Amino acid sequence: MFDIFHYSFVLRGLEAGMLIALIAPLIGIFLVLRRYALIADTLSHVSLAGVAIGLIAGINPLITAIVASTVASVAIERLRLTKRVYGETALALFLSGSLAVAIVLIGLAHGFNADLFSYLFGSIVTVKQTDLVIIALFSLIILAVIPAFYKELVYISFDEEAARVSGLPTNFINTLFIIIASVTVALAIPIIGVLLISALIVIPVVTALQLKKNFWQTILWAQAISVASVLLGIVISFYENLSPGGTIVLIMLVIFTLVFLTHRGAALERLPTFLTRSRAGSARE
Amino acid sequence: MTVDHSKNIIEVQGVSFGYTNELALKNIDLNVHAGDYLGIIGPNGGGKTTLLKIMLGLLQPTEGSVKLFGQPMEKFKAWPRIGYVPQKAVQFDAAFPATVEEVVAMGRAARRGLLHPLTQMDREKITNALVQVDLAAERKRLIGDLSGGQQQRVFIARALAGEPEVIFLDEPTAGVDVKAQEQFYALLKKFNQTLGLTLLLVSHDIDVVANEATELACINQALVYHGAPQAFVKGDYLNQLYGKETKFILHDH
Repeated sequence: MFDIFHYSFVLRGLEAGMLIALIAPLIGIFLVLRRYALIADTLSHVSLAGVAIGLIAGINPLITAIVASTVASVAIERLRLTKRVYGETALALFLSGSLAVAIVLIGLAHGFNADLFSYLFGSIVTVKQTDLVIIALFSLIILAVIPAFYKELVYISFDEEAARVSGLPTNFINTLFIIIASVTVALAIPIIGVLLISALIVIPVVTALQLKKNFWQTILWAQAISVASVLLGIVISFYENLSPGGTIVLIMLVIFTLVFLTHRGAALERLPTFLTRSRAGSARE
Repeated sequence: MTVDHSKNIIEVQGVSFGYTNELALKNIDLNVHAGDYLGIIGPNGGGKTTLLKIMLGLLQPTEGSVKLFGQPMEKFKAWPRIGYVPQKAVQFDAAFPATVEEVVAMGRAARRGLLHPLTQMDREKITNALVQVDLAAERKRLIGDLSGGQQQRVFIARALAGEPEVIFLDEPTAGVDVKAQEQFYALLKKFNQTLGLTLLLVSHDIDVVANEATELACINQALVYHGAPQAFVKGDYLNQLYGKETKFILHDH
C-alpha cells in the first residue's frame, strides 16, 4: 500500500494538484456567480496557444501559458467594455482564435505530439520541479490576494452597480480578478489539461452552492470537494493507469450528482445577469 | 435631529442626456436640500431613472453638470456619504449564497476601504442597521429565503450600514406586496424624520410619492413640475402627462 508516494513525480503531481484544487474554487465561485464561467474555457484554449509557443520557442510552456492567458483576459475585458461585440462573442473570438494559433504552430513544428497530448488532457508526469515551484509561488499569491479583496469581490459579484456607487474601485477589482483567474487557468494546465479546466473551476462550486450555505462556507465546501476529488483522482488514476484529469472530473461529477439528488438546492435565476447588467457609465473611474 | 435645510446636497444644472434629435432629458435643473424627501415621478421612458443614474455618476450627462455635497461630480470622492437601493427585481440573484448579515456587511466595504477587513465597529453598525429595519432575528438566513418585502428591507439596511447622509431609491417596491410596501414607506418616513436622512425616491407610483414625499419632481424629458406634492395633485399636470383618464387618490393622514 502507499507505494505511490515513493515516486517523486507522483508527489510533485499531488502537491501541485492540491494547490490547484485550493485556488480553483476561490476563482470559480466569483466566475460562476457572475455567469462568467465560460471564460475559463476560453482562457484554457488561449493557454494551449501559450503552451505551443513555449514548446516551439524552448521556453517553459507554463510560463508562456500564463503570459498568453493573462494578456488575453485583459484584452477580452477591454473588448467587452467597448460594447462593439457581445460578451460571449468576445469569448468565442478568443477561444477559436487561440485554438487556431495552437493548431498552426503544432503543424509548423510537427513533432511534439506526446507532450502536447498531456497538456490537452492533463498528466501528473508533466509536472516538472520548476513547474511545481511556479505553481506554488502563484498559488500562494492567489491565496493571499483573494481574501485581501474578499469583501469587494463579494459586493461586486452580488451587485456591481451598487458596489460602484458605494465608491469601490470596481474597474480595478475586475481587472485584478480577471488576471488572477487567467493565471489560475494556466497553472491548472499540467495537471488537469486544457480541455477539462473549466470543470475543475466550476463543478465544485456548483456542488457547494446546492448546500445553501453562506458565502465563505460555500467556498470552504467547494475547496473540500475539489481537494478530495483531486487527491482521490490522482491516486486512482495511478493504480488503474487512467487519465488523471478525466478521473478527477468524473469524481467531481459523481459528488455533484449525489449532492444534487440529496439537496433541494436553490432555484437559479431566470436570466444570466451579465447579459442585462448595465456596463454603461464606467466613465466615472 | 436638526437638519440645515438650506444646504444643497445635490445640484443638477442644465442637464441633458441623449443624442441631438432624441433627448432623453432636456435641460434639467434640480436642487435637493438636506433633509428633503424628494419623490421623482414621471411616465415610463420619461427619463427619471436616467436622471437618477446621472446623479449617481453611473451615466455622464451630454450637457450640464451635477454637484454632490457642493463638489463637481468629477472631483467627488466621498461616495460613502451616499446610499443606494437599486431596483430589486432587476439586480438580485435569489440563489446567491449570502446571508442577510453578509449582504448588509457589503454596505460597510467602502467605508472600511481596500485591504482592511471589517472590524468590531463595523459589526456593530451592521447590527444597528438590521435593528433599524427590524430584521436582526433573520441575520443568519440566506437572502434568497426571505420574502420580497424582507429582502427590500435588507437592501435598505445595507444602505444604512454605510452611514449615508442621502439615500437614492430606484423603484424600491417593484414586485413587493401592498402590506410590505406600507411597512417599507413607514420606515423611509421614520428615517427622514427622526434620522434626518435625505431621501430621493424614484417611483412610477404617483400615489405613493404624493402621500409620502415632502417634495415632488415630475420628469418627462423636461422637468414638468417641482414643488409640494399637494399643489401637483391640484394642478393639471397629471392630465398633461398621463392623459385625461388618470384617477388620483390622496390619502388624508
